[in-house]
Amino acid sequence: MLSRRNFLKGCLAGSGAAAAALVPAPASARGNLERPPEALGLLYDATLCVGCQACVAACKEANKNPAEFRAMDHLWDTPLDTTGHTFNVIKVYTNGTGATKDVETDGFAFMKTSCLHCADPSCVSACPVSAMRKDPVTGIVSYDADACFGCRYCVAACAFGIPKFQYDSPTGRIGKCELCRHRHKDGHYSACAEVCPTGATLFGRTTDLLAEARRRLALKPGETTLIPRGRLPYGDVEAEKANTWRREPDQRYEARVGNYLQHVYGEHEYGGTQVLKLSAVNFEKVGMPDLPPRSSASISETIQHTLYRGMIMPVAVLGALTWVAKRNVAPDDDKAKGDQP
Amino acid sequence: MSAHSPAAPVGGKLLNLTTLVCGVLIVAALGVLLARFIFGLGFVTNLNDGYPWGIWVAVDVVIGSALACGGFSVAMLVYIFNKGQYHPLVRPALLASLFGYTLAGVGVMFDLGRWWNFWHVFSPVHANPNSVMFEVAVCISAYILVMWIEFSPVFLEKLGRHDLKQKLNKVLFFFIALGTLLPMMHQSSLGTLLVLMGGQINPLWQTPILPLLYLLTAIIMGYGVVLFESCLASSAYRREIEVHLLEPLSKVMLGMLGFYLVVRIGDLVVRGALGNAFSFSVAAIFFWFEMILFFLPLVLIGSLGARRNPARLFQAGVAIMLAGALLRFNGFLIGYDTGPGWSYFPSVAELLVTVGMLAIHVVGYIIVTRRFPVLPREEATAAH
Repeated sequence: MLSRRNFLKGCLAGSGAAAAALVPAPASARGNLERPPEALGLLYDATLCVGCQACVAACKEANKNPAEFRAMDHLWDTPLDTTGHTFNVIKVYTNGTGATKDVETDGFAFMKTSCLHCADPSCVSACPVSAMRKDPVTGIVSYDADACFGCRYCVAACAFGIPKFQYDSPTGRIGKCELCRHRHKDGHYSACAEVCPTGATLFGRTTDLLAEARRRLALKPGETTLIPRGRLPYGDVEAEKANTWRREPDQRYEARVGNYLQHVYGEHEYGGTQVLKLSAVNFEKVGMPDLPPRSSASISETIQHTLYRGMIMPVAVLGALTWVAKRNVAPDDDKAKGDQP
Repeated sequence: MSAHSPAAPVGGKLLNLTTLVCGVLIVAALGVLLARFIFGLGFVTNLNDGYPWGIWVAVDVVIGSALACGGFSVAMLVYIFNKGQYHPLVRPALLASLFGYTLAGVGVMFDLGRWWNFWHVFSPVHANPNSVMFEVAVCISAYILVMWIEFSPVFLEKLGRHDLKQKLNKVLFFFIALGTLLPMMHQSSLGTLLVLMGGQINPLWQTPILPLLYLLTAIIMGYGVVLFESCLASSAYRREIEVHLLEPLSKVMLGMLGFYLVVRIGDLVVRGALGNAFSFSVAAIFFWFEMILFFLPLVLIGSLGARRNPARLFQAGVAIMLAGALLRFNGFLIGYDTGPGWSYFPSVAELLVTVGMLAIHVVGYIIVTRRFPVLPREEATAAH
């Protein structure tokens, strides 16, 4: 027969073991996570975009996604937004007569919608089964359908509305941009950047992309400048030589500097993102949410870690509850009258 | 501890109009679920990427599990705060909780898009302890297990396995403790789920103290459910109403409710979010519905005389159940806005499943109380 003392000890040991397995004792207050130093991303410059949608088609092909029809004739892939089968879309903003490009009133503007690869992604914090992961080197937020159990908390959590679920299938998956990580081993990078004819979507390291974005913002609107296309070479020569991206001819061309807002979207939003954006029209107007600099993941995980760090609090509460319950339940049972739970 | 009469089966027929209607509803729900598993979630639900969670999550799981907190709330009162006089309320409350949680757990499976991977949440390879959803999933699963253990003496009694029951009784205190801790953990975490959604949740329902608000209301709803259920069971089975228990219990509920309201309103004021309640919007209207329902029990059963009135107790119980349900409904659906162009209203099929789940609950409660020793033995009036 177990003595009460031994039983309690056993319980505590058991809970302790469970606790050790559950939480790797992180620090309780948790700030924003930072981008990894070699983080990869995109720079989308709306003023350079001509809305040709070559990136949308290339994305479909690279990710083997089916066409989605929104027109009666079912001839063309016409997705209106990203979905479980469409990871990249160019949207258009129009106002009034819609006459002038990159003008808020009586104008129009383009905006790319795809995963921003947050430094501190909500979807990764949300996912109970680690199907959403952030690569520690590239910072790419990846999705593993074999791990996913389809709770769609990532869909609900993402402030950019990026992870999307395939509701049309009994074995639906989450669909989102993974920066074409499956093509990296062959030296290929994101298909959208590879095919972009104007360099509006540029692939590279986020540090380099941020420097390029700042360079453009410092220029005078209307003057000409050299705009890279495809992949932005690494900022430091050694790193550029060492990388394994496929070699391409110099694709730079001269273009007019846009009338930029002095704002690199994604530099600070929600703790920063690896995909950065430039625009001449207010970001909220073109569909990019106005977000605080603190990530929601940091707030949520601070709460969780405060309550559950090392499972100390739950185990302590359980110990106290067990002690009290033992006092209040036992006498009842010993007299064998309270034969109820 | 005061002496209390043992529980006994109510007896009577299992087949009646209520169980028959419930049976039809259950069959309808099963039909919908069959289609859901063959053709996918989109075939039967109105879910979309702007509203990835519909009533199967917000109502069946989030609200359903909170309404199933009666067992937890009463057990805490009896065993932790040593209020033995409430003992007769434990079994019926625990039974409702058992059904509520088990159904919530099963309900999750209907909603999981890739349900065959559900076990990943228990696998160290996949588990992500940073995820609030992980905490909720593991903790609810553990609680369902613990509750079946807590309730098993009822079945052991029926089966005549008194030896096994006595053995279980020796360690039951630990499961009671665990059964008090686990709901505290996951009921608070159900609120924390919203924190990650950030600005997509209306400021009226988005605060870092969500875990506290959801925990407090879960406990209060637990007492509300006991009021509701005791009155309903007494009326349906033509038994005497346990007013001598329900009166002080409702007072405990009012005390906690007062504390909750101070915290809730204080939080809105401190965060400067109260302005949102005075905008002309659907969210604001639902906020006021919620607040009125939370204040209603104070009006309904504020006086001792009113608390001795079974009708009033019943009304107050219903009000608090609706209030807590609306807090959750508002947070997960009404106050959730992912931007222009998205809308959600549950499909008939979705509603059928939710109603079917409720029907299972009702039928289960009837079968178990009629056949197993759950409700206190009635001496004076015979049950039908």
